[in-house]
Amino acid sequence: MRSFRTLLHKELLRFWKVAVQTVAAPVLTAVLYLVVFAYALGGRVRVYDTVPYTDFLVPGLVMMSILQNAFANSSSSLVQSKLTGNIVFVLLPPISYAEFFAAYVLAAVVRGLVVGMGVLAVTLGFVNPGLHAPFWALAFAVLGAGLLGALGVLAGILSEKIDQLAAFQNFVIMPLTFLSGVFYSIHALPEFWLRLSHANPFFYMVDGFRYGFFGLSDAAPAASLAVVSASLVAVSFACLALLKSGYKLRH
Amino acid sequence: MEQGEFFGLLGPNGAGKTTLINVIAGLARADAGCARVMGADVAKDYRRARRMLGVVPQELVFDPFFTVRETLRLQSGYFGIRGNDAWIDEVLQHLDLASKADVNMRALSGGMKRRVLVAQALVHKPPVIVLDEPTAGVDVELRQGLWQFVRRLNRDGHTIVLTTHYLEEAETHCNRIAMLKAGRIVALDSTRNLLDSFSGLELRLRLDRDALPQPFPGRVVSSDGALFVLRLEHYGELEDVLARLRQTGARIIEMELKPPDLEDVFLRLTGK
Repeated sequence: MRSFRTLLHKELLRFWKVAVQTVAAPVLTAVLYLVVFAYALGGRVRVYDTVPYTDFLVPGLVMMSILQNAFANSSSSLVQSKLTGNIVFVLLPPISYAEFFAAYVLAAVVRGLVVGMGVLAVTLGFVNPGLHAPFWALAFAVLGAGLLGALGVLAGILSEKIDQLAAFQNFVIMPLTFLSGVFYSIHALPEFWLRLSHANPFFYMVDGFRYGFFGLSDAAPAASLAVVSASLVAVSFACLALLKSGYKLRH
Repeated sequence: MEQGEFFGLLGPNGAGKTTLINVIAGLARADAGCARVMGADVAKDYRRARRMLGVVPQELVFDPFFTVRETLRLQSGYFGIRGNDAWIDEVLQHLDLASKADVNMRALSGGMKRRVLVAQALVHKPPVIVLDEPTAGVDVELRQGLWQFVRRLNRDGHTIVLTTHYLEEAETHCNRIAMLKAGRIVALDSTRNLLDSFSGLELRLRLDRDALPQPFPGRVVSSDGALFVLRLEHYGELEDVLARLRQTGARIIEMELKPPDLEDVFLRLTGK
């Protein structure tokens, strides 16, 4: 248990020591998105009748920041440790693979939530989206961050170089986040893309999180929660199996 | 390897020394067979095996996010130890790092980083300590200090396993040695026995001529122009060699007499 707590502590220190880069920078990015999209589309787009577009945008941007930063935390930590070789410091001690996985994912969740709260806090200066069902929002935030943290562990295990990780980030994580309905309702999409969006687990995270704010969503929140939870379980099992086998870490 | 030994693992690059250590440390999986540390199987009982083992890796690795003390506290925590500062301070003292405790790892010289790696391997007071090429890139003074500390640990009952390229280091410190070649053990014996099995002296002579007078006492191992390498059974034979040279009027330009060392053993066993 102490091994797990120490590894978690180390992972938290790792991003907190460079918080300008790991927290402040993504908050700024999200706020820039909000300002640009709100001014460009604010008067022209209305997704739900009762919700102004600028308000609609806030939960999506918060969730996008949570997801991207959760992924960045675990994946970059693992790949950097592999590249510099200091991964041996955590491979030599008697840390079980489950403790190892849990520490990296939990740290990723914390980083995701810290950035998400930062984005929310700053945007509250401009807009007030309200909070219809806070526990739904929190559940989606935590599970979504957990899923992306676990995907980050997976990408970190599989990547041997920074560019492989960047490919994972640019060709998998980025498209899935952008096509998840952060900036629009998927019902505004043509039939084909609408169907495709329903196969994207990121859509359920953003949609469910938004339900927490407005009480309105494209999919039923309970169904979304089930999809997100099932994805988290599946990715976790994949990670644990890889860690247990020592794949690419203890070769 | 026996408990309490100072064991040397020698072999050319690619012989499998680091691979063997990685298997023992759980950093690599063995394709076949098993390894045990103090009776604990490194795969099945990995928690116990890893607690028994302190490994100083060959690569000069460090985490640039932390200071020396933070690094050592974290490492203690990974092994389930809290409040380890007294021991950490003691280790830092012995490794001459006390003044660097609160310095970021990034700011340390190569030799200091190497010593932090040694300290990291010792935070949990492991009964078995593995040093993989510990003196590569460490200057002479630090090397002496490091050996003093390691020998003290060995006297206190820690088992030491050392891999090194410097044969004289193994000769000085190890009481038993295994020589590896292409993943196989080609010799395994006490350092004394290994040296004894290759008894004799090596005499290198440079003369003022290209041929030795015949007949000549002593066995000629090799010759290159005026340079001759001879193997003598004992010091007495040196007298015969000198007498024979004097007799024929040959002049000695250069002479070197060398007792057997591990390098001879090593080169012969590894077939170079």
